[in-house]
Amino acid sequence: MTTFSLIILLAPLVGAVVIGLTFRALPTKLHGYLGTLAIFVSFAAAIGAFLDLQDRGAEERQVVVEVWDLARTAGVDAQFALLLDPLSIFMALVVSGVSALIHLYSVSYMAGDRGYSRFFAYLNFFVFSMLLLVLAANFFLLIVGWAFVGAASYLLISFWYRRRTATAAGIKAFVINVVGDVGLVLGTYFVFKHLGTLDFLRGFALVEEEFSRNEADLVAGCLLILVGAFAKSAQVPLHTWLPDAMEGPTPVSALIHAATMVTAGVYLIARLHPLFEQAPIAADVGAIIGCATLLIAATIGLVVTDLKRVIAYSTMSQIGYMVMAVCSAAYVGGLFHLMTHAFFKALLFMAAGSVIAAMAGEQNLDRMGGFKRAMPFTFGCMVVGGLALSGIPPFSGFFSKDEIIALVAAREDWHVVLAILGLVGAFMTAVYTWRMIFRAFYGDPVEPARELEHGHLYHAPKHTNPATGEEEDTDVGFPGPEHHIAEREGSMKGAMAVLAVLATVGGIVQIPHVTHMLHDFLEPTFHDSRYYETLEPSDALTYGGMLAGAVLGLAGIAVAYRFWVRDPERPAAIRARLAGLHGFFVRKWYFDELIDTLIVRPFAWFGRFGRNVFERVVVNGVFVGGTSGAVRAGSAAVRAAQSGFLRYYAALLLLGITALGLYFLISAS
Amino acid sequence: MSIEWYLVVSALVFCIGLGGILTRRNPLVILLCLELMLNAANLALVAFARAHGNQEGQIFALIVMVVAACEVAVGLGLIVAIYRRRLPIDVDELRELQG
Amino acid sequence: MAEVFFFLAAIGALAGALGTVLLRNPFYSVLALVCHLLSLAALFLLLRAEFLAAAQVIVYVGAVMVLYLFVVAYVGGADEPIRGATRPSLRWASMLFAGVLFAELCIAFLGTGLTILGEEGRGFTAVFGTAAEMGRLFLTDFLLAFEAASLLLLIAAVGAVILARRRTGLEDAREISVADLMRDPQYKGTLTEAERGTMLEAGGPPHR
Repeated sequence: MTTFSLIILLAPLVGAVVIGLTFRALPTKLHGYLGTLAIFVSFAAAIGAFLDLQDRGAEERQVVVEVWDLARTAGVDAQFALLLDPLSIFMALVVSGVSALIHLYSVSYMAGDRGYSRFFAYLNFFVFSMLLLVLAANFFLLIVGWAFVGAASYLLISFWYRRRTATAAGIKAFVINVVGDVGLVLGTYFVFKHLGTLDFLRGFALVEEEFSRNEADLVAGCLLILVGAFAKSAQVPLHTWLPDAMEGPTPVSALIHAATMVTAGVYLIARLHPLFEQAPIAADVGAIIGCATLLIAATIGLVVTDLKRVIAYSTMSQIGYMVMAVCSAAYVGGLFHLMTHAFFKALLFMAAGSVIAAMAGEQNLDRMGGFKRAMPFTFGCMVVGGLALSGIPPFSGFFSKDEIIALVAAREDWHVVLAILGLVGAFMTAVYTWRMIFRAFYGDPVEPARELEHGHLYHAPKHTNPATGEEEDTDVGFPGPEHHIAEREGSMKGAMAVLAVLATVGGIVQIPHVTHMLHDFLEPTFHDSRYYETLEPSDALTYGGMLAGAVLGLAGIAVAYRFWVRDPERPAAIRARLAGLHGFFVRKWYFDELIDTLIVRPFAWFGRFGRNVFERVVVNGVFVGGTSGAVRAGSAAVRAAQSGFLRYYAALLLLGITALGLYFLISAS
Repeated sequence: MSIEWYLVVSALVFCIGLGGILTRRNPLVILLCLELMLNAANLALVAFARAHGNQEGQIFALIVMVVAACEVAVGLGLIVAIYRRRLPIDVDELRELQG
Repeated sequence: MAEVFFFLAAIGALAGALGTVLLRNPFYSVLALVCHLLSLAALFLLLRAEFLAAAQVIVYVGAVMVLYLFVVAYVGGADEPIRGATRPSLRWASMLFAGVLFAELCIAFLGTGLTILGEEGRGFTAVFGTAAEMGRLFLTDFLLAFEAASLLLLIAAVGAVILARRRTGLEDAREISVADLMRDPQYKGTLTEAERGTMLEAGGPPHR
């Protein structure tokens, strides 16, 4: 088990380091294969660990691999220790599996870009950080992995670093992530203060006796940890970075901002479930915010016109589901949805990347249309992903989303409201998903589609920034000149096909009343949860929920079909009628402006104040200027004694000698 | 006779030379006054040599004479160089070595 | 008898010293110093330092003072103005300080009770102060001082030459070639060439 865990963790790191060190020594294509191979090795090791874990008895399924003691001082035990238990193996499998497929996709997708090797190095580093995060056995290593993931995200979002919009987006993501990091560390402190240990398993054993229910310190700690989770998982109000993060290349969006990094918050809450169950107030806050995000993101997704941003808001919304689930102790539902979401969201992003490539970098839905005949494979993948996302049986999304809604409703009390809102969200999900698909693939083919039907890829007259229209070149720091679509690249096709299959059949692991593989698998991790075994939705709830989900999904598809295929003028008419509401949604509920006024401006003012008043007057004027002025005055006084007159010097000598002689005379007598 | 007299003469000459250094402006004369002071020291040395019956004082005085000769040679060379540069031979005018 | 000579020599020394300091013309100051040095030689003789007295007369008066005279003649014995010092004068303050130092020195050796004073002095041998004895001491007990003094003389001589050499005037010797000289004899014996080699030329052209 130790070997497996170390291979899982270190294979991507080795990949990143090797690619970094042989940057110019090896051909770039080789770097792509190397990076992909490293992740496949990691995935293989994860499977090995999984099999090893299952071989053990049920009681021994939480293995701690202690690699190295970093520090044991002042009561703080910082160890490099990995926890191999069902939850972490599950996450490791999802992360490494989806990452491997995305690496495969990128081998062709990013070809031609001057930063190809750097891309794979960064991507490998990201996978290493994410695996470190999920395999950590204590808060210390978790925070280290958390920070690394944030850094990797920054590096990858601003990958095309000469694009001003990309670097601004990277900074925004990093700053908000740092806010989350602060919350996480402070929350850890609050918890550590009582538990006395940073280790998870040892700490969880002490939770019941150290904390009373809803004790203030614990609630504060959990709320701060939630801040961290929300920043990483892009929940309201720390979500503004996610849409901007679409500035990064599409594989980055697929990997980080759909399948893995943004799910770190969900993982965190699931891992710390003993704390959250002991502080229900914090858990309830989390559930409410998850639900709110779900709805807010869905409304914005209905109106935005950038293809990748629609999918980004969809991610935000689905993670809202997951957060709502794990905060309501519906762990299986949340993690199940995490897995299926990784499959179909990565698939959707890959297909979107293919479409954008066909459009030669254009991302605006307004300019797309009619790609169905030109790109049948991409269309098929998009349809599979869309059906899974909308929750249509028998696709995986159907089972996972309904599992969540059923479990949340089974909590009774006011959680039922959350469940109902979840159903509303499901309807909106279907609408915006199929709006996107219909607009991109149906209707009259636009010029790039027509050209593709005749067999040649469209090239834009000049390369521009899709967001602002500024002109760019194709040298390092900007996207390369080549565009790769799935129909022509084998590796892209292969990766997307695997994900499509998984998105279709992935629901098998947890079909209500038929299979409960996931539930059984995760049982050792959650055996200390008071809800895991007891929270069972009634049959009526289960079947009713499934029916409602399916119906709403189909209804959503129908509405989208009506508005964007049959009657293309209706959306414009409705938009005109509800102009105010539309404007509100397009401006993303004014969150960016709110944050700007509340936080950015005061900080900028404070910085200016610091520079003008404090730095200039106090530090430069008084401290630096005062000290040097005093020294200068003193030396000027001394300098007056050096007049250059020989006789003055002689006189001073005489004076000195006389005084000395006098002293010796007096002391001798 | 006892050497107190010699020592008094030596001190007197020394102080006369010192006064000369402090008052005169011509560097040549200042060097001359310096010679006065050196000779006064010589006199004191020889007086003590006589009093102790030890010839070391005279050796010392001879070495002092050698040093004085060297110093005169270099000092006069300096003054000649100053004169060649057409600078005024006046220590109050030559004061560029100031801080 | 010795006292009489002592007082004569002492008065001569003091007169010479005062003359050096007070006379305005530097030339007269040098002469006053010569007088002082000769008196000092007499005092040395009274103190049984025969070799030193001879060295004083030969070296100090005969060589060093003559050198002084040459330089004074060359540099100029311009009379210093008695008043009109443009810089603040230290005259009275320096007189005062010198007087204070004198008082201090007197107190030092008269008032502190040096046991050597007030006696006739220790006995001395017949060779005390002779050249032979000085030579013997220099070459045995004080060899290092002797060698160091000779080195110092060498350095001073070299230093004086370097300091006082001319830097302008005649061309650099390296630039003269024999061929030029053979071709064009520079010295034709005319009156203009007679101007060269005078003190005027030695002092350098006026405009530089």
